[in-house]
Amino acid sequence: MSETAAQVRDVHEASEESVNEAVLQVKDLHVYYYTEAGVVKAVDGVTFDLDRGVKMGLVGESGCGKSTLAMSLMRMIKRPGRIESGQALINGRDDLASVSDERMRELRLREISLIPQGAMNSLNPVMRVKDQLLDGLEDHGVKLNGREGRERVNALLESVDLDLDVADMYPHELSGGMKQRVCVAIAISMEPSVLLADEPTSALDVVVQRQVMATIERLQAEMGISMILIGHDMGLMAQSVDQLAVMYAGRLAEVGDVHDIFEEPLHPYTELLISTLPTLGRRGEFTGIPGITPALVNPPSGCLFHPRCPHAMDICSEVAPTWQEIRPDHWVACHLYGGE
Amino acid sequence: MMTSLLELQNVTKVYSGGLLRRRATVALEDNYVSIGGSKSEATILAIAGESGSGKTTMGMLLLGFIEPTSGKVLYKGQDLWESPKDVWRDFRRQVQAIFQDPFEVYNPFYKVDHMLTTPVKKFGLADSRAEQEAIVEKALTGVGLRPGETLGRYPHQLSGGQRQRVTVARALLLDPKVIIADEPVSMVDASLRATILKSLRRLKNEMGISILYITHDLATAYHICEDIMILYQGSVVEAGDVETVIMDPQHPYTKLLVSSIPWPDPNRRWGEPEDVTKGQALAERGTVGCKFAPRCPQAMDICHEKRPSLFWTGDTRAVSCFLYQDSPVVQPSEINKVLTNTASDVSVAAP
Amino acid sequence: MTKLQSFFGYLRRNKKLLLGIIILLILFLFATVGRIYGKPEDAYPMSAPANRVPCKEYPFGTDSQGRDLLSVAVMGTYLTSRVGVIAGIIGLAVGTILGFVAAYYGGTLDTIIRWVVDVLLTIPSLLVLVVIASSMKHYGGLSTNNMALIVAVLAWMWPTRTIRSQVLTLKRRAFVRVAQLSGENSLEIIFGELMPNLLPFLGASLVGSVTGAVFASLGLEALGLGPMREPTLGMTIYWVVYYGAFVRGMWWWVLIPIVIIVMIFVGLFMVSAGLDELANPRLRRKV
Repeated sequence: MSETAAQVRDVHEASEESVNEAVLQVKDLHVYYYTEAGVVKAVDGVTFDLDRGVKMGLVGESGCGKSTLAMSLMRMIKRPGRIESGQALINGRDDLASVSDERMRELRLREISLIPQGAMNSLNPVMRVKDQLLDGLEDHGVKLNGREGRERVNALLESVDLDLDVADMYPHELSGGMKQRVCVAIAISMEPSVLLADEPTSALDVVVQRQVMATIERLQAEMGISMILIGHDMGLMAQSVDQLAVMYAGRLAEVGDVHDIFEEPLHPYTELLISTLPTLGRRGEFTGIPGITPALVNPPSGCLFHPRCPHAMDICSEVAPTWQEIRPDHWVACHLYGGE
Repeated sequence: MMTSLLELQNVTKVYSGGLLRRRATVALEDNYVSIGGSKSEATILAIAGESGSGKTTMGMLLLGFIEPTSGKVLYKGQDLWESPKDVWRDFRRQVQAIFQDPFEVYNPFYKVDHMLTTPVKKFGLADSRAEQEAIVEKALTGVGLRPGETLGRYPHQLSGGQRQRVTVARALLLDPKVIIADEPVSMVDASLRATILKSLRRLKNEMGISILYITHDLATAYHICEDIMILYQGSVVEAGDVETVIMDPQHPYTKLLVSSIPWPDPNRRWGEPEDVTKGQALAERGTVGCKFAPRCPQAMDICHEKRPSLFWTGDTRAVSCFLYQDSPVVQPSEINKVLTNTASDVSVAAP
Repeated sequence: MTKLQSFFGYLRRNKKLLLGIIILLILFLFATVGRIYGKPEDAYPMSAPANRVPCKEYPFGTDSQGRDLLSVAVMGTYLTSRVGVIAGIIGLAVGTILGFVAAYYGGTLDTIIRWVVDVLLTIPSLLVLVVIASSMKHYGGLSTNNMALIVAVLAWMWPTRTIRSQVLTLKRRAFVRVAQLSGENSLEIIFGELMPNLLPFLGASLVGSVTGAVFASLGLEALGLGPMREPTLGMTIYWVVYYGAFVRGMWWWVLIPIVIIVMIFVGLFMVSAGLDELANPRLRRKV
């Protein structure tokens, strides 16, 4: 057995000891951008736990901070952005918000990996697929000889349902769905415990989207990976995830089981978001959400959603609601549930 | 049967590949479509398909932006590309468009006013400056915008929703009979999407404007359209009443598409995909048989040898598939019948 | 007024543009004031004692043929800039028209224009100019205006090519479609929709083609193919070489045309770089 496999097993054993614990614990994370116009609080106090093997959806409109959250978990926030405070504990060991850069490089791909937005366009156009697959492994000190490398590449391609000839192809010879599969293969090549997927199917046609999602979900289940699926499409979320986190203007509005949320959304924003969706039953009905998303440079006081909220009370414009667990594993930040 | 306002007749559009013309792409093949008749017949027709289906090409042809390689674009029964200038002028007034990206449609050099005053000037809608201002302000209030908050600003100073509404206001200024809407909501957030779709329906119901809704999103098409036409690699695979097409798809490709819609309901999940192509490259174009045959789970021998024609499978339903070859063939002139949906109010007609 | 203020406000941030404009302004004032209040007629032979070192009466000295070099500097700046500006404007105008026609209408016309430009660009232009200019010599020599026209003959290809590519990207933008739907015709779209967006780019191109024209005229003149009687900067260099000013230690004669030429090029370059920044917002943000 190669050294890599042993290392991978090592990581797994380490995390299996702490099986009851969440794989990823994010506590009061703040990520700010220091722009000329002012401080943009792109992620403003986000707290949630991601359990082992769970698929969590992170939805929100454009500019709500969902991609920033993913990038901060990968510690890939660029200036003028900065992780301001808070922590993100992975496997109960390393705090992604504060570990050294060197340690972070070890953690990436091995414990947490990301399929970035538009990943399929970020493949290196002059490198064969097999070399791109091995690139990440080599960065982590995995030494493979020619035959082992070939075997590893084949195993990875097989795992994402690609033909083995794809190994010798260049990205331009692949369709969008195939490129996206290559990106998935790179992301899971070190069997991470957490996979962040930022709109992995946004540029794909519906049929291909469904196929790629099926592959991602199968891998996730087989490898016991915990996944955060980031996106704006509530339909895709309903199809794929176990837990749903709704983000609005840099803060979480609601986190809970996806069935619970679709059946009985607690936060008014979630409720409105769901009512805007075209479903099979209610044909020809349209509900929009009045108002516009607030500018994060100069956000409203209190609850950020109160100017658009149909249930807004006096307190909403004054005090930001606290993040509380209303029911088991169902969290919400809204004054409507303040009494409980 | 009265002539429709705008029609494609047996239209094929081939994009030639570069100077050496080695690789030609057939974007649209032998297409028929018609839209817009009298006021009572106003309808919303969805042209749905994946990328490469030719749906955008169809929109461009209907807007007179590109010339068909063969076949005719008919405007009020006349061949548009043989028509004199005054017919084109009339055509430009009656057929308007709303585009995908509500930012790209603005010339960054000008304030948003330019967008609205240009059609007023070019079509001579106003005799004086005061009248022009009145027309522009009326158009803005008509789409729910306050003129004072909109005029005199640059496009980047408006929100995405305001920008898209101003483009709708521009299209409405000219009091058109047909609006071609190419993916009007694919780049806007969910909270705004419903608002824009609602206003499209209002245009049809209150102003009698027929709308061609070009989209890849069957879920929204299902919600605002009466009729739907599904394209695959430039050919119509299925057309008809949207309710029946979505609820009971007949063509294997439509079945695949419909079953892949991500409905926002966790209790109604996709299940395992039936399409076996998975990660393989798409089949080469230009086969002699049915274009979908290489991917089709129900393909028969005949599918690889001959192109299927459109067959009637219901009163308002046509499918291009040999599974239905016992049904009567739809004559090209009959395509209007398939798409003339007289269902009065769609919101009542829920299952 | 506010527009003027914001322009000056912008200049303060765009240091390159500001510096370039100042240098060109100094040269412009030098040439104009000098021609009005100086003695431009002294820029021709036998107007002054020959071979004088700069002194009170002749602050820039004089040359071997008895020209007052102060007057030569004034007239040279004026004439050379004039050749550059005339040739540059003609080149850019032709280039703009061809570029727009090729890109906007496309088809065969585009193919022809593109081929001609591509072929002509491979020919070393100075060589062609030398051939034209030297054959003109047999017909009684050149005037500065002829000089400008000759330079313009080969000054339009680069503008054609760059403007064509700019229009190509611009015309694909959706706002051109919208303008069509709003009833604008091709000319209205070209002048009303596309051209305004290219103004900073056209400005930078103008500076570029003026630079090219000045360079070409200097080259021709230094080879002795320019207007022999006129005291342009290039001709001055020719006389410097002809009379061996270097060897004879007449530093002032060498220095004056070179300093002015360097100032012209630095000024043009700064303005061009500054306009580039204006036309390209991505560069602008970095400031």
